Amino acid sequence: MEKTLQKSPESKAGKLIAVVLIAALYIFLYLLDNVLPPNSFTLMLIPVLKKGAIYSLICVSMNLLNGFTGLFSLGQAGFLLVGAYAYSIFTIPADQHDAVYQYFEGGAIRFSVPEALGRVLGENAGNILGAILCIIFAGLVAAAFAALIGIPVLRLKSDYLAIATLGFAEIIRAIFQWNGLGPVTNGSNMLRKYTDFSDIQIGSVKLATAFPFLISMICIAIIVLLIHSSYGRAFKAVRDDEVAAEAMGISLFKHKMLSFVISSFFAGVGGALLAMYQTTIQANAFKSAMTYEILLIVVIGGIGSVSGSCIASFLYIACNEWWLRFLDSGSFFGISVPFFRDGFRKVVFSVLIMVIVLFFSRGIMGDKELSFAGLMRKHKKKATGGVEGGGQA
Amino acid sequence: MSEKKPVLHVENITMQFGGVMAVNDLSLDVPEGQIIALIGPNGAGKTTAFNCITGVYEPTNGLVEFCGLPMVRNHPRGKMKKLYQGKDADKYAHDPAIAPTPDRITELGIARTFQNIRLWKSMTVFDNVLTAKHMRADQNVFSATFRTNAKEEKRMRAETEALLVEQNLLQYRDELAVSLPYGLQRRLEIARALATSPKLLLLDEPAAGMNPQETAELAAFIQQIRKEYDLTVFLIEHHMDLVMQISDYIYVIDFGSEIARGVPQEIQNDQRVIDAYLGVSEE
Repeated sequence: MEKTLQKSPESKAGKLIAVVLIAALYIFLYLLDNVLPPNSFTLMLIPVLKKGAIYSLICVSMNLLNGFTGLFSLGQAGFLLVGAYAYSIFTIPADQHDAVYQYFEGGAIRFSVPEALGRVLGENAGNILGAILCIIFAGLVAAAFAALIGIPVLRLKSDYLAIATLGFAEIIRAIFQWNGLGPVTNGSNMLRKYTDFSDIQIGSVKLATAFPFLISMICIAIIVLLIHSSYGRAFKAVRDDEVAAEAMGISLFKHKMLSFVISSFFAGVGGALLAMYQTTIQANAFKSAMTYEILLIVVIGGIGSVSGSCIASFLYIACNEWWLRFLDSGSFFGISVPFFRDGFRKVVFSVLIMVIVLFFSRGIMGDKELSFAGLMRKHKKKATGGVEGGGQA
Repeated sequence: MSEKKPVLHVENITMQFGGVMAVNDLSLDVPEGQIIALIGPNGAGKTTAFNCITGVYEPTNGLVEFCGLPMVRNHPRGKMKKLYQGKDADKYAHDPAIAPTPDRITELGIARTFQNIRLWKSMTVFDNVLTAKHMRADQNVFSATFRTNAKEEKRMRAETEALLVEQNLLQYRDELAVSLPYGLQRRLEIARALATSPKLLLLDEPAAGMNPQETAELAAFIQQIRKEYDLTVFLIEHHMDLVMQISDYIYVIDFGSEIARGVPQEIQNDQRVIDAYLGVSEE
């Protein structure tokens, strides 16, 4: 199918539109970070964009496992936690250790990768390179955890796998809060002062919003490449029919493990980005509710659709953090509405989700992908796919 | 039988599920280049025998050799091992258990189809065959993801294309595999098995649910692929006419045990077979 797509003129035009949209997106992000004055609109927009980009990556990584390999895993919060901690611990500046690890005599690890690099390359370059290195390191640590627990856990099927991975995530959270590990993890206290998005800049150009977009987009592009490779097809074969896959020479354990480890790697990267976004992290926040939130986005977007996960991430985050906020505020366009009070947003939100699940029983995208070529073929004049979809077309 | 070394050698295979003896002390040889059939009425244990050969089950007792290489052996730690007190109970107990998984066995060169067609539902005809080439591809997850070995992918696609042409399936290449008519799904499943470059092809009731016309076509098809791909074919079937027409040698089992073996003529005139099989048959 790919082959035929590449030849058609729509596909060429579609690619061009995608490239133009991505370029436009980054120009917009540049303006947002550097030129546009902060007002009430951009103050809401910027966090939603950042968090949406990060959640896109996290949801796509979960979709790789649940949607494309058919492994129903609920350990995502655990891998996010591992990634977030692995990132933060190594980016806290040395002179901040006494303040951050105040109950553990300044902690055991007393160096910061961005700082060490900054001494050689200058502060900005050190921050960017250090952050990227630590993000990759966060992914690797999460992947290593996945490889370890995958050996026993991946022998389980469906519901049992879900329960085992959920249990793993809870155990990890408990271990990270344990006082014995305090010199490294700061126990149940929060980690802070590490390199975050506001530290990322080249010269005087701030990249606070562009950075998470860039990292997410690269990671999602890698996942898409993987899905369209021979290994991606093998993953789908395992999902569709394990018995047939094994009979055709596809090792179940090897491919399940690969998918699990790769998904966890990107979850770890997502966790690191989430830590950068939040500027403080605490193990207690990575509860199973977080996994359900991610699962919810994956289901709304469509199990087995990368672009669906991205679109749903932005919609979910925007609704949750922005568009439905007025429901909590007690007034609507200046008119006071008595039942618009704290928590009402959640009620409306639940109803909305139920409506989506009822009317789009397979999610917004099903298992299809958003592509501008496809859109053009269907409705020649309706080639407006939204900014967030541009990265995957 | 033949003087040539058998491609598949099955020795005293026994498979016990609790108190049920699904396969009882079955021995057979599949010589190179021939079409060998295993027949028997419903529930005789044919598919169980297949599953033992392909590593889906670990047999309670016995040995399977492929090209002289011991491939599946009873598992000394297997649950049923202690309970099994039948013939040759000790013969295979002390050898190391190999028990490779089905994917390893396919890698060695045995491909199979399934009684109830098991195509990958979400994939197109082309992708179904292409995915079966995954095992033999010279690649790892990095070279595949970052397209550093694009030649390999190209080669796989070209080979798949060629295979679809040979199997007359090219016109359906972009259709979902499950949307094909039944007979074509069977043929696609065989094409997918061929994509793994097997030496031995195991067909589990390839004619199930086919009308006489389709069955006749299938017979010609099996003989044709045997010749073209230099294959040895071992099939399970209970369509007597198909089996009689194409087999070089036939084994008959009933209630897990062998009741007869011989060339088609002998089997047709064997009174035990007529009693056990044709007499009981519903058709």
